[in-house]
Amino acid sequence: MNCPVISVENLSKRYLIGRKMEKGDGLRHALERAIRAPFAMLRAESRAKRAKTEEFWAVRDLSLEIKQGEMLGVIGRNGAGKSTFLKLLSRITEPTAGKIRLRGRVASLLEVGTGFHPELTGRENIFLNGAILGMSRLEIKRKFDEIVAFAEIEKFLDTPVKRYSSGMYVRLAFAVAAHLEPEILIVDEVLAVGDAEFQKKCLGKMEDVSAKEGRTVILVSHQMTAIQNLCTRCILMDQGRLIREGQTAEVVRAYTSNGAKLASGGLAGRTDRTGIGDLRITSIDLRDESGNIVMEAVAGSQVVLSLEYTVRENVVINDCVFCVGIEKDLKEYFSMSSALVNRRQIRISGSGRMDFLVPNWPLMGGRYHVSFYIGSNQGIQDCIDDAAVIEVIDGDFYGTGKLYHEGWQGTAVLVQHSWKHHPNGHNSRKVVLDERHRIKPQIEFA
Amino acid sequence: MDEIIIEAGRCERQYWRDLWRYRELFYFLAWRDILVRYKQTVIGVAWAVIRPLLTMLVLTFIFGKLAKMDSGGVPYPILVFCGMLPWQFFSTAFSESGNSLVNNAGMISKVYFPRLVVPVSSVITSFVDFLISAVLMVCVMIYYGYTPGPSVALLPVFVLLVFATAFGAGLWVSALMVRYRDFRFIVPFIVQFGLYVSPVGFSSHVVPAQWRLLYSINPMVGVIDGFRYAILGEHTLYWPGFCISLVAVVLIIVTGICYFRHTERTFADII
Repeated sequence: MNCPVISVENLSKRYLIGRKMEKGDGLRHALERAIRAPFAMLRAESRAKRAKTEEFWAVRDLSLEIKQGEMLGVIGRNGAGKSTFLKLLSRITEPTAGKIRLRGRVASLLEVGTGFHPELTGRENIFLNGAILGMSRLEIKRKFDEIVAFAEIEKFLDTPVKRYSSGMYVRLAFAVAAHLEPEILIVDEVLAVGDAEFQKKCLGKMEDVSAKEGRTVILVSHQMTAIQNLCTRCILMDQGRLIREGQTAEVVRAYTSNGAKLASGGLAGRTDRTGIGDLRITSIDLRDESGNIVMEAVAGSQVVLSLEYTVRENVVINDCVFCVGIEKDLKEYFSMSSALVNRRQIRISGSGRMDFLVPNWPLMGGRYHVSFYIGSNQGIQDCIDDAAVIEVIDGDFYGTGKLYHEGWQGTAVLVQHSWKHHPNGHNSRKVVLDERHRIKPQIEFA
Repeated sequence: MDEIIIEAGRCERQYWRDLWRYRELFYFLAWRDILVRYKQTVIGVAWAVIRPLLTMLVLTFIFGKLAKMDSGGVPYPILVFCGMLPWQFFSTAFSESGNSLVNNAGMISKVYFPRLVVPVSSVITSFVDFLISAVLMVCVMIYYGYTPGPSVALLPVFVLLVFATAFGAGLWVSALMVRYRDFRFIVPFIVQFGLYVSPVGFSSHVVPAQWRLLYSINPMVGVIDGFRYAILGEHTLYWPGFCISLVAVVLIIVTGICYFRHTERTFADII
């Protein structure tokens, strides 16, 4: 039992990026080399490539041991190397250096419905997908009814999956994968799909797999609640490296309050911006009450959204207006503008920071996109749609310790409200609202 | 419990065992392609019959009637069919397996399985068409009242040979296609060109004797000659040429497997 099922030693994976088909890399040159020196060609080709291109280490010197029956959470920002790590574990891609030792059959679920064919029926796809994931025909036959029941698609078993709703599709795909019986199960952010009830069912299934059946599960997720509920141990990755390992609660806390930058991915390199450009926003961050950068906004807490800017040398911008919009799934939830509150002239030069203060963050858990627009009396100065992503985690917005029903989570705005019941037409007293309900977004210079 | 060690440049250890473990996937992928192929077509599987039939008619007309090439006393349609049967199998297998990896890119970048399964199951799919055409050829032979001689017993050997040729060529082209999409244009060209270079519409006896040996470097020459030898049985096989073709086939397979295995580990990264 104590022997590690997975042991990883100094695992590294390098990708070569920013590479176009350069001279000496095309088919013609490959052929030329093959004719000149057929045996040296393959080696020489890879050497030449290494010299010319930029390296990017998706995973770097990662060492880890996982015991049987353990459920390990892997967290980290986008691009931290989590998915590459899973791809290495599941043998999809080969490591550049290092070693992985796996004891047992591995099944990986990096994407829901891999290999599904839209023209085939649900029944046919169960067999096909099962085979692709490594199940034998007998195994699939034995579990067929269970899979169908889990997916709740009995009626549509003989309909081509191209006519399925996306929910049905996902349910079927997950059901097949959930009935794999590997010793090691590797799951990437696949629970982000499907409705809340089905998500819960999947999480339950995964818990069963690890706790009752003694299988090892590795789970990557951005949903901290799922990670906290399921995993006992957790690793945090950043820029390909394992930066923290330990009890889930501790690692999740380290991640959410980590002084790292918000996922604005370096606004300096963005080419999809418009505007005159005398002023440029260089980064967008979330901060807590004391001005420290945080990774996530908690519903109901005070959140500061800060935009750092630089103005071109010797330029002074008069009558500047800062606006930010928060959206999700192409739906704008709310926007804030310096022109709407505390209206006064803003004159800026040099560089600095504009903070938008929201005393009572009104959005439910989920990933939201931030767009901004900076205007001046000359017109648009700088504008990027979808400039950054902010993670919001559910919090005690109402101060009652209660959260919304699950079906509603992440779908709406939180609004302070109270209620008063009027039985049998009795005259009501005036409803007195709490002071904080009237606080408006404010801006201030930092 | 079996132990797997993953290390740079050392994934091969379990490869052949894995291939065995995933043997059912050959069947499932071929089954999928066959199921899907004739979906939403009006005449469905009839296409598998119409295509070779029309090709046969056209080739018979051009080479037999217009060019009046020598058939050695056999009904010309049967001569054509003996060449067309392996050629059509080879050309569909070649182009289908060429595209197979790229068409299944989603699977390749998300799930592990021995990649060899993908091009090989395309060859298997094409083999099903081959069998349908073979039935058609039997019908044509019955129509002409033609009975093959005892050499027909050798036919399975030549079927194996054409399968091997398609397999080797398919491995090469599918692996090359992943990196160089140029092959998307090269493959149809080879197929079109090959129809005229290989003795599909004519017997290879019409090729001048001094060129015969050189001509046999094309592995399909040996394969088609073999088919004609087994079914028509009238000419003896041109052994030197056949051996050269055989060597070419073996060479294609061995280098194909090597090249495929060598590039396979980078498929997920570059596809």
